[in-house]
Amino acid sequence: MSGTLNRTDFLAYTGRLGAGLCIALSLPLGTKAADLATGAAGTTPAGEFAPNAWVRIAPDETVTVMVSKSEMGQGIATGFCTILADELDAPIANVRYAFAPASPEYVDAFFGDMTTGGSTSTPDSWMPLRQAGATARAMLVAAAAKQWSVDPATCTAANGVVTHAASSKTATYGSLASAASQIAVPKDVPLKTPDRFTLIGKHVARLDTPFKVNGKAKYGIDTVVPGMVHASVVRSPVFGGSVSHFDATKAKAINGVIDVFAISSGVAVVAKNTWAARQAHDAVHVAWNDGPNAHVNSKVLLEQAHALVATAKVAKKVGDVTSVHGTTLKSTFETPFLAHAPMEPMNATADVRADGVEVWAPTQVQTRSQQIAMAITGLPANKVQVHTTYLGGGFGRRLDADYVGDAVEISKKIGKPVKVTWPREQDIQHDFYRPMSVNAVTGTLDASGNLVALSHTVVADSVAKRWAPPLFKDGIDPLALDGAWNTPYDVANMDYRYVDQNSGVPVGFMRAPAANVNTFATEVFMDELAHAAHKDPVAFRLALLSKAPRAAAVLQAAAKAAGYGKKMPAGQAQGIALCLWGGSYGALVADVSLNGTDVVVHRTVMAVDCGTVINPDIVRMQTQGAVNYGLAMARSAKITLANGRVSQTNFYDYTVLRNADAPPTHVIVMPSTEKPSGIGELGTPPIAPAIANAVFKLNGKRIRKLPFSDALA
Amino acid sequence: MVALYINGVHHELDVSPEMPILWAVRDVVGLTGTKFGCGVAACGACTVHLDGKAIRSCVTPVSAAAGRHVTTIEGLAPEGKEHPLQAAWVEDQVPQCGYCQSGQIMSAAALIKKTPNPSDKEIEAAMSGNICRCGCYERINSAIRRAAHETANA
Ligand code: FES
Ligand code: FES
Repeated sequence: MSGTLNRTDFLAYTGRLGAGLCIALSLPLGTKAADLATGAAGTTPAGEFAPNAWVRIAPDETVTVMVSKSEMGQGIATGFCTILADELDAPIANVRYAFAPASPEYVDAFFGDMTTGGSTSTPDSWMPLRQAGATARAMLVAAAAKQWSVDPATCTAANGVVTHAASSKTATYGSLASAASQIAVPKDVPLKTPDRFTLIGKHVARLDTPFKVNGKAKYGIDTVVPGMVHASVVRSPVFGGSVSHFDATKAKAINGVIDVFAISSGVAVVAKNTWAARQAHDAVHVAWNDGPNAHVNSKVLLEQAHALVATAKVAKKVGDVTSVHGTTLKSTFETPFLAHAPMEPMNATADVRADGVEVWAPTQVQTRSQQIAMAITGLPANKVQVHTTYLGGGFGRRLDADYVGDAVEISKKIGKPVKVTWPREQDIQHDFYRPMSVNAVTGTLDASGNLVALSHTVVADSVAKRWAPPLFKDGIDPLALDGAWNTPYDVANMDYRYVDQNSGVPVGFMRAPAANVNTFATEVFMDELAHAAHKDPVAFRLALLSKAPRAAAVLQAAAKAAGYGKKMPAGQAQGIALCLWGGSYGALVADVSLNGTDVVVHRTVMAVDCGTVINPDIVRMQTQGAVNYGLAMARSAKITLANGRVSQTNFYDYTVLRNADAPPTHVIVMPSTEKPSGIGELGTPPIAPAIANAVFKLNGKRIRKLPFSDALA
Repeated sequence: MVALYINGVHHELDVSPEMPILWAVRDVVGLTGTKFGCGVAACGACTVHLDGKAIRSCVTPVSAAAGRHVTTIEGLAPEGKEHPLQAAWVEDQVPQCGYCQSGQIMSAAALIKKTPNPSDKEIEAAMSGNICRCGCYERINSAIRRAAHETANA
């Protein structure tokens, strides 16, 4: 979801403002250092300085930052360490991190719980982390000044050392840790001015890289608990179906199989290893009650979606679109259901004991995971520990924690720790999908070719209705209009409408949710309007961006760097698109050619403005990855349903991007002193419309349907 | 009982001979650097070397490795050392989530062993069986070129 437009809605929804920096801290006692390969917190040894929930400083100089967000590839652990270490003036080489437990100290003010999503992590946590670092630094300085009986104002701190220049005295943070613990926590410690940043905005190598090239980083699927068994769950092929009866005779005969029983999500098979569980999974014969979704068919749903356009309700109005006349263009866009398919299949490990539950999960939602375990076991929050592992990709799939429920239910039943691993086929067939959508857009140009009215109707299943119900009000899902109604374009008369398709297919958030569909519609349509107005696509957009200077700047920067408008090699053309996400601005130019029904992207250039940059290389990395993710979504991927069943099964029929198909992406990071905004998703929305706009130049065909392989067939 | 070498160490595994090497290595031997991604030889996350050649361990039964040498990411370089590819991966800051990277590096290691100075087309061809959902391909390819170059000039 958007980190900008709907922030107010979200706060109203959660009603739990300002968790912010919390001084109370309860870390387990003992002596064990944080382990970067696992992200395990370790424990607080005596003599350690723990001024707040975010940082601990040990006598051996180690600084441990508690990371309240899930590290799913976006580099958030490195980002958080960088922000805190900068204000602390600690050398980054001394910094370790640990993933925070599900605990009130780490509640995100935007979500009202522990959730990683919407490109909100850096913007939400940047001030609490800076305050935590600055406060710790002030206390270390105060401790040194006290030891030396000097005025703290005469001391300086840099690179993990406090110095009193007049007396040439120095003390390392580690040596001050114990003394600093005795200092009262000061309030409102001043923060650095940006010119004094030593790490923020500079190149800092990711702290997780060394563990991700030697197999040592521990993902959820790598969890090993003593006495653990392995499980798999056979699920209803139709969404919402239930077990009628099952025959486990064959499954139980497989070597290593321990038990087979029904749980709420299907039939669980428990075995000594993953392979035996998988074989047993395939050998159980289950008769299902299909339930109401037995006939869901994506072709029929698409027809229904078109029919629903006329019934859409107004979500936002500016001026009056009926008050103007001129040349009117109308276009309708279609996009399919999509699966997230992160590289690490869904999994979770749980150990349900009489005295409490432990859960290890690659999850974006610690609080929801905890609540799921509480609901199944009846235990209170303080008896449910959630350990977040590294995530092998998230992309929004892990904003749901259904896999945690599997593990907790099975462990409770068998009284042993258990790891549940989903086969890839289940990941594809039991996702919370990117909704299918129909976008109907109408625009009116006046006699001079200026856009004077724009109407945009979105038909799509509502994700908010299930995931954040209070947001879904009067039939409007505000998140479903992201990428449409938060347009940067200044148009005097605008009309935005929405209707929830209510298809019965489970839907969820997928990288730049809604915007990855709606931006396709708006940015292809902008090119159509420019063409009708006989104007250059960049100039046409710029004329509408006088009130959005940051949007105009990225558009110009991308166009310039890509040489937009230059003569291209035979068979190649450039397309451009603009997008907003998470408070950030992006513009992308794609160099495209066609190979039959396949689009070939030779190169992309993307300019991004995400406010103050914490780590420029991570910004580039995220942009490159997000563009590739968007290309995978648009090129040939689709989820279709027949007889209530998903037709795709694995990577051979649910196509993703492979090495030979991935373009290089040149990223221009706009310098800025604005507050930081999101970067993990910004690159995903603009690639599809940029390609479509290039294809029009190549063959005169307007692509209004995804994937491209279908549109070009 | 299947006898084989994993990262140079002799193992006698009490597993059914059809168990894929992937699960024998992960669940039985306890080396979790090799990853499960698809189970059908379609993603490359499970890539290991069998007698120096890259194979998809999710579809190769452990019986096929009897008496032979399996190398996993943990054994690519001697303990405490780095393979040139691992160094290049750090230098080019390749991994995002990192989940695919063991498989990527094992595929790349087999490639540069056979083709010490691969062309861009050879890299693409050798690496297109390894999916990266985080989309790190540009950096994967530049790291392979870097490692190949540095090995050639070493
Ligand atoms: S897990 Fe073996 S190729 Fe995907
Ligand atoms: S780094 Fe995440 S799948 Fe490759």
